[in-house]
Amino acid sequence: MEMAKANTIRLMSEKMDELLQHWIELHLTNLSLRKDMIGNENLYRQSKDFIEAFVQAADGADLEDINRVEWTSVRKILAEISTNRSRQGYSPSETASYVFTLKEALFRLLQKEYGLQPDILIQETLTISKILDKLGLYTFETYSKAREEVIYRQQQEMLELSTPVIRLWDGILALPLIGTLDSGRTQVVMENLLRGILSTNSDVAILDISGVPTVDTLVAQHIIKTVSAARLMGAECIISGIRPEIAQTIVQLGVDLSMVKTRATLAGALKLALDMRKLTIVQIGKA
Amino acid sequence: MESTVKSDTLVVKNPQEIILARQKVREYARLLGFNLVDQTKLITATSELARNMVEYGGGGIVVIELIYVREHRGLRVTFEDQGPGIADLEMAMQDGFTTGNGLGHGLPGAKRLVNEFEIDSKIGVGTRVSLVRWV
Amino acid sequence: MERIPIIKMGPFLLVTIQVDMHDRLVMALQEDLTELVSATGARGVLIDISSLDMVDSYIGRMLGGIASITSLMNAYTVVVGMQPAVAITMVELGISLQGVMTALNVEKGMDLLRATLMISPDQDHGIDREE
Repeated sequence: MEMAKANTIRLMSEKMDELLQHWIELHLTNLSLRKDMIGNENLYRQSKDFIEAFVQAADGADLEDINRVEWTSVRKILAEISTNRSRQGYSPSETASYVFTLKEALFRLLQKEYGLQPDILIQETLTISKILDKLGLYTFETYSKAREEVIYRQQQEMLELSTPVIRLWDGILALPLIGTLDSGRTQVVMENLLRGILSTNSDVAILDISGVPTVDTLVAQHIIKTVSAARLMGAECIISGIRPEIAQTIVQLGVDLSMVKTRATLAGALKLALDMRKLTIVQIGKA
Repeated sequence: MESTVKSDTLVVKNPQEIILARQKVREYARLLGFNLVDQTKLITATSELARNMVEYGGGGIVVIELIYVREHRGLRVTFEDQGPGIADLEMAMQDGFTTGNGLGHGLPGAKRLVNEFEIDSKIGVGTRVSLVRWV
Repeated sequence: MERIPIIKMGPFLLVTIQVDMHDRLVMALQEDLTELVSATGARGVLIDISSLDMVDSYIGRMLGGIASITSLMNAYTVVVGMQPAVAITMVELGISLQGVMTALNVEKGMDLLRATLMISPDQDHGIDREE
């Protein structure tokens, strides 16, 4: 084992230029469609750093556990590559091919060197395969993690975009809800509404759910909680736009909305809100 | 696979010390980056449980911990007293139950404010309540 | 002993809570308010909790208690300025402050008291509640 390790590592640093050139060629073939997206110089520098870090790590530590501290700089370079590629929209296999093409390049190098000594060749190939496979998997994991972060950020942005709190009149707010309400989104929407009530000094808030396809028990409960919280703050809520099917669902679910002011339409809710504020709309002259 | 990154232990025997526990929990919650609503839920739950401990358990200790479980970060607050213990835990966890002058929101209410809630009580030995909220 | 100051504004009393209230302070406030409502014949009490960072069941009970006691003495209590995060947490905790009036701020609280007492700002004295 020790022998094998020393052989490969020695070969990697001795034939670094040859290995690098071969590796990058293989890798770029794999990325045929995206060559333009990476500067070759950049890739060359990065790959050189990687091999140097790899040689250094492999020299000082065992090849079994890439989580050890000796492998930190190798992991760091890989993490950087996968994260960047994940953000740039590379596919997972394109990203993982970075490590796997190195394997291919190394095998060729080993074959050239030990082609006539099958025992050594097999031993070397096995050892190097194991560690590079582990690093390949690591690349993949980092890639997925970066993707998840992108998705999470987009979800957050969607949340903010989809919850506008609108001032209808002095002291009257409206919150038109559109799209499916899940528990998480409802919570954000409700917090926005309560903050809006405070910042605009509004006594009445209209929650219009015309654009909501379904309401389940959890969402209905969130709505009721929001009405209660608004009351504690000193504001009243009106729920408008309850379509017949949703009204039926609410009753079937056994949710009690009797303590909540409701109206069929946003117009009806506005009228009620104006009444509550002791305001009225008067026609001037003939229409 | 859980690790505690930072922790504090406070003795809470009187109402004044309940406030100190609340302030410490707030400090930790801010450090962990909880939003304002979550911070408020944490300090309110702390206030409820610390008061329970002072009123019924003769005071005790509050341990505040910043914990990591894999990539998840959370805040755990543990309340431990050597009071008389709770005879019927199931009943005590029901809304509206109280033995003192409370309205019975203490335990079940605090439970609703956090992600994890554990209670363990032995008659004559004491009560230990532990809550966690994940970031 | 430390006390929360109570300000008299016409027929109303105003309390602004600015400290982290511990239990003794809460008790003292309840006593002081009861005495002052009785001594001044105030018709309304405004409790501004905009700087409170939480309301637990103890403080909730105190607010409800003040409202019940003052109503026995022919005065209304309005709790004003509750922060959104505090309100959300209270609902989750299960406290509804039944029987306590609420308003967004002191000004709106005064309007609410006047409307409830059915008196105009200029005629603040001597009109009985009819209910």
